[in-house]
Amino acid sequence: MLTLAACGGVTFADEPDTFTTMGFTAGDALSAVRMELATAALDPLDVQVNQGAFDEQQFLSSVAADDPPDAVRMDRALIGGYAARGALVPLTDCLDDQGVDPADYRAGAIDEATLDGTVFGLPDSYDTRLLLVDQDVLAEAGDGRREVDTSDWDGLARLADDLHTRDGGLLTRIGFDPKIPEFFPLWVEANGGSLISDDGRTARLDSPEVVEALEYTVGLIDAQGGWGRFKSLRDSFDQFGAENQIAQGQIGAYPMEDWYINVLAGASPDVPLGTEPFLGRDGRPINFVSGASWAIPKGSAHPDEACEFITTMTAAESWIEAATAKAGEIRDAGSPYIGDFTGNVEADRVIREEIWEPTGSAAFDEASLLIDAVQDASFSVPANGAGTEFRRAWQSAVNQVLSGDKEPREALEEAQDRAQTALDLAYQGER
Amino acid sequence: MTTHPIAPAAPPDRRARARRWLASWRHRDTRAAYLFILPWLVGFALLTAGPMIASLVLSFTDYDGIGPTHNVGLDNYRQLFDDPSVATSLLNTLVFTALRVPLSMALALALAMLLLRVGRASGFFRTVFYLPVMTPSVAVGILFLLLFNGNAGVVNKALGLIGVTGPSWTTDSSWVKPGLVLTTLWAVGATVVIYLAALKTVPRELYEASELDGAGRWASFVHVTVPQISGALFFTLIVNTIASLQTFTEAYTAFYGTGNTQTYSSDAALFYVVYLFQQAFQFMHMGYASALSWLLFLVILVITVLQARLSKRFVHYEYEGDPR
Repeated sequence: MLTLAACGGVTFADEPDTFTTMGFTAGDALSAVRMELATAALDPLDVQVNQGAFDEQQFLSSVAADDPPDAVRMDRALIGGYAARGALVPLTDCLDDQGVDPADYRAGAIDEATLDGTVFGLPDSYDTRLLLVDQDVLAEAGDGRREVDTSDWDGLARLADDLHTRDGGLLTRIGFDPKIPEFFPLWVEANGGSLISDDGRTARLDSPEVVEALEYTVGLIDAQGGWGRFKSLRDSFDQFGAENQIAQGQIGAYPMEDWYINVLAGASPDVPLGTEPFLGRDGRPINFVSGASWAIPKGSAHPDEACEFITTMTAAESWIEAATAKAGEIRDAGSPYIGDFTGNVEADRVIREEIWEPTGSAAFDEASLLIDAVQDASFSVPANGAGTEFRRAWQSAVNQVLSGDKEPREALEEAQDRAQTALDLAYQGER
Repeated sequence: MTTHPIAPAAPPDRRARARRWLASWRHRDTRAAYLFILPWLVGFALLTAGPMIASLVLSFTDYDGIGPTHNVGLDNYRQLFDDPSVATSLLNTLVFTALRVPLSMALALALAMLLLRVGRASGFFRTVFYLPVMTPSVAVGILFLLLFNGNAGVVNKALGLIGVTGPSWTTDSSWVKPGLVLTTLWAVGATVVIYLAALKTVPRELYEASELDGAGRWASFVHVTVPQISGALFFTLIVNTIASLQTFTEAYTAFYGTGNTQTYSSDAALFYVVYLFQQAFQFMHMGYASALSWLLFLVILVITVLQARLSKRFVHYEYEGDPR
C-alpha cells in the first residue's frame, strides 16, 4: 500500500492540525470566497487545498494507504462507484448534525450523488444544458425559420443538412452538433428512454429508445460529412477566445452547458447568440444536469470538520457572498454578469432576484432567464455502483459507432453486457 | 546399518565458479563494487521486486483498492480470455510496436549517420535531436491533437500543399495508431546518441578495405556498418520494443485523459497499459489489473527471449570469447 501511495505522489493526512482537500481549484471569486469562508469555519485548523482536478489514481491510492484527503470534490458520476465500495462516508449524520436538508439543493444534483437512498455528496457545481444558436447562421436556413426545434427530429435533420457547409473535403461549418458522446443521455431522455433504471441497478443501454437515439444522432453527424471531418472542425474551434465558433459562424446550433454563456459574455459579448430550451420529442423542455460534489472519504482524519467544511462550501450564504463578489469583479471589468447556478435552491433564487441585473444585452439576458426557467425540467443520470465503468461502457459504444467500427445495436448490446456485469459485480461487492 | 541419501553432486565447473565468487569477496574492489550497487539493489527490492510479488498475490484476489480481498483463484486469469478488450488492446499495442520500433530505429540511424558527417556542428545537432526527449509525454499527447487535427493541423496543411488530402488522424480508427507513431518518432534522440557512439567505434580501415574491394556505399553500409553496430542495434531493439509495449502517456493524454478527450476515445487507441490503468484505477478492479500486468510481463518476456535468440544469428560482438 505504501507503494501505491507513493505512486499517488501526495500524502494528505500526516499533520493532525492540517485539513486537506482534493479536486478543488480556487479560480474566480465564486470559488475563492467560499473557500475563505469554509477555511474560517475550520479555524484553527490549517486548510491545505491541493489544487487541481480530481485524480482517480491519486484518490484510490490515498484511500488504499489509509491516508485520504479530509474532503474531496469529484464529478458526481463517480460518486456511486466509490460509495458502493465503501470509499465515501454517508452524509446522513453530517446533514443531521449541521441541520441541512437535502431538499435545500437541486434534486438533480442530489439524485446523482445518492446511492440506495443515502446521500454521499453535496453539489459544488451545477451544469444546466440548453441550446445555443448562431442567429446569423440560422437566418441562412432555406425555410426562413427563426427557431431550432429539437422535438421534430426530421426537421432538425433537414436543418443540420441545410446549415452545414463544406469546402472540398473539409467541413467548414457544422449545421447542428448533437454533442455526443457526452450529451448522449440528453438524447435518450428526449426519446423517452433512460440509460439506467432509477435505482441504478439495471442498465438499459440496448433498449429501443437508446438504440434509436444513437442511430439518429450519429445519422445527424454522418449527414454532415462524418465523424472525422466533424470532430476535426470541432477540435479546431477557438472555444475560449474572441474568435470562438459562434463569433466565426462555424456552427449553427448545439446543446451546451450554461457556463459557456459566461465565457461568451466575456470573450465576445457581441456574438449573434440565441438560446432555446432543449425539447424532448413530446415537445416538453428537458434539462440534463451534471456537475461536481463534495464528499468525505473513508478514513478522513477530520470527519466532523469535513462535514462542516462541505456544508459551508455549499451553503446558500456562502454562494450568495461569493456570487456578489464575482458579479462585482465582472462588472468592474466591463463585462455582463449573467448569473450563477449553484445547485443550492435558495442561493439560486437570491442570485437571480438580488444579484443579477439585466445587462442590456438581450441575448445574454434571455439566456440567463432561460437557464432559470428550465430548472423544473431537470434530470440527471442516476447514481450507480459501477460509476466510471458504466459511463465508459455507453461512451465507448457511442464512439465505436461514430468511428464506423460497429453498428448502433451491436455496440449498445455489447455495452449493455459490460455495464450490467459491472453493476452486478459492484453490488455483489465481488469480482 | 543405515544408508544415507547421497545428494547429487553439482557439476565441477559450477562448484568452481561458486568458489571463485566466494573468493572474490576477499578483494577490496569486489566489496566496493557491491557497495556501489547496493542502493540499486535496495531500490529494486523495495520498488520493483516487492510490488511485483504483491501484484502476483493480488492477481488471485478480487481486491478493489479499498475493501478487503477475497481469494478468487484463477478467475482473473480465466477472465483475460473472455474479455474482448484484452485482445483489442493487445492487438493495438502489437501493431503500434510493429510500426514504431522499425521506424524509430531507421530514422535514428539515418540521423546518426548524418550527424557523423557534420563535423564540428555535431555537438549542436546532437543536442537539438536530444531535446525532444526532455519534452514531457503529456505535452506530446496534446501536441498530437493539435498537429494532426484533420481540419487545422499542421500535418494536413503541409500535405495539402502537395495536393494530398490528409486523413482524420485523430478520429479515423485506421489512422489513430500511425498518427501516434509519427508523434512519438520525434523523440528518437536517445537512440540517435547511442547509434552515433556506436558508429564512431567502427574502424576506418574496414571502410577502406571494403572500398578497395570495390564495395559501394550501400554495400559498405550493409556489410560493414550494420554488423559493426549490431550490438547497439540489438540493444535499442530490445529497449524500444519493451517501451512500445508499455506505451501509455501519449495515448492516454490524447484520448483518455481528463476533460473532453476522455469522452472521444474509440478503441483504436486503447493500448494495453491504458486498459490496465482503467481497470486498476478507474474501474477499481485491482486484482484483475494485476493479472493483466502479469500477462503483459509474459508477452514482453516471450518477445524479448525470441529477439535474444535471433540476435545470436545477427549480432556481431567484438569479443566472442569468455568476457572474463
